[in-house]
Amino acid sequence: MQPPAGRRRDGLPLMAHILSQSPVYIVGAAETPLGKVPDENEFSMVAKAAREALGEAGLKLRDVDALFTNYMGEEGSVQLGEYLGIRPRYAESSDMGGASFEFFVHHAMLAVASGRCEVALIGYASRQRSRKNRKRAAAALDGSLSAQFEVPFGIHFPIGHYALSAARYMHQYGATPEHLAEIAVAARTWAELNPKAWIRAPLSIDEVMASPLLCDPLRKLDCCLVTDGGGAIVVARKDRARDAAKTPVRILGAGESHVQWHVSQCPDLTVTPGVASGRDAFGMAGIKPADVDVFEPYDNFTHAVLLYLEDLGFCGKGEAGAFVAEGRLRPGGSLPSMTSGGGLSYCHPGALGILLLIEAVRQVRGEAGARQVPGAEIAVAHGTGGLAFSTASTVVLARD
Amino acid sequence: MTDSFSDLGAADPTTEPFWQACAEHRLTVQRCTACGNSQLYPRPFCLACESDALGWVEASGGGIIYSLTTVRLPVIDELKPPYYLALVDLDEGPRLLTNIVSDKASIGDRVGVEWRARDGLPPLPVFRTT
Repeated sequence: MQPPAGRRRDGLPLMAHILSQSPVYIVGAAETPLGKVPDENEFSMVAKAAREALGEAGLKLRDVDALFTNYMGEEGSVQLGEYLGIRPRYAESSDMGGASFEFFVHHAMLAVASGRCEVALIGYASRQRSRKNRKRAAAALDGSLSAQFEVPFGIHFPIGHYALSAARYMHQYGATPEHLAEIAVAARTWAELNPKAWIRAPLSIDEVMASPLLCDPLRKLDCCLVTDGGGAIVVARKDRARDAAKTPVRILGAGESHVQWHVSQCPDLTVTPGVASGRDAFGMAGIKPADVDVFEPYDNFTHAVLLYLEDLGFCGKGEAGAFVAEGRLRPGGSLPSMTSGGGLSYCHPGALGILLLIEAVRQVRGEAGARQVPGAEIAVAHGTGGLAFSTASTVVLARD
Repeated sequence: MTDSFSDLGAADPTTEPFWQACAEHRLTVQRCTACGNSQLYPRPFCLACESDALGWVEASGGGIIYSLTTVRLPVIDELKPPYYLALVDLDEGPRLLTNIVSDKASIGDRVGVEWRARDGLPPLPVFRTT
């Protein structure tokens, strides 16, 4: 047994040597129908995406021995497993919010690398737009801490939480509404190139800033879409996908963390757990921010992307507003980001994280059509979830 | 002691003392007599030093606005938008989600506690700029 290649700052052994001996790949990725899906249920949507994603790898449902899902009902992986006829030897339905799917790639990578399973299916779908079931507030008077300390003060779930973060960030670092608006415009310029994007009409900074305030400083166009959608991802070793029709994409590294649920318990609303997830993911991958060709951040709110850019080390703390000016994230910019159009313009089915991974896979494979970033070799999907950056998980993908 | 707010779903057994104090218009925080740390919401022991030596102390009611938003969407029936939603750092340390009831407020403003009555439930600590 070889000793660990090194030790991380916090004393845990590096996982990089395990992955170098036993590299793990995303061997299939597919979207469900997106936008408004009136003629399916969530399980039928996932089933079709799963069949397509497995098909990319030359695999069938019967090959799946690990299953990961979130938001598919109580004991979600059990419900999804039943629907698909899968009896996994490794299963998870952890609720890490919209970032759950980056967490799942992290966990599936380790499970596959250590031989606990061979073919991991990650799936999710939502019909939150069709069902109109997006809630504005948590339950009142159920004795929960939210019911006691948050709901009676009229905090909108989740815009209120994120607005408190945005307001503090702008106060502390001088970011402007124009800086926030640039994120929405950058996402839209990518959406213009994506035939599957929900909104593709050109958008200007002035239009974002003229949209109505919902919770100051967040305006309507600072907030992500509410759509139906979802997807499926297959994680396996390359030799398990030897009949693959599509190029497997190597998982170079992953990391995760979480901080708070109740917004009062976050010590600093200008910093996200992406600091930890990014450190671990980039450390495992052995890359620096400058090595990233494509960035797929969870753009649930415009200012969120500014925080991620700082927390993952693309720029210094408080510098992201200036960093994104001049179109750095747009097509042709030096850090192409939200290349599908993101949650702001392409699709936000309640949990965007799975679609970030799918877009990252497509960019690294070079199959993203009009929005393809030329020569993309390393893509980062960075998820967040919960209420004002409760959770974070970062996945680094690369061309083999 | 008045009726249990826990029975109404407006408290739980660990937070009942906080809400009972609110019913007397006293804002309280948990204080560790071993290390001096203050915490809210309450936990069964001090999160800083893990001592059981916790008690409730009355806060000054003063604090500073850490962050502030104006909610312009309808969220709950009891509050008609627009209204201020804020995080207030109490002078004792803990941070509270609350409302600012002044006409004008900004991050960094000093505030003091007031009480918003609720029918059948403990009053809520809200804040006004001072």
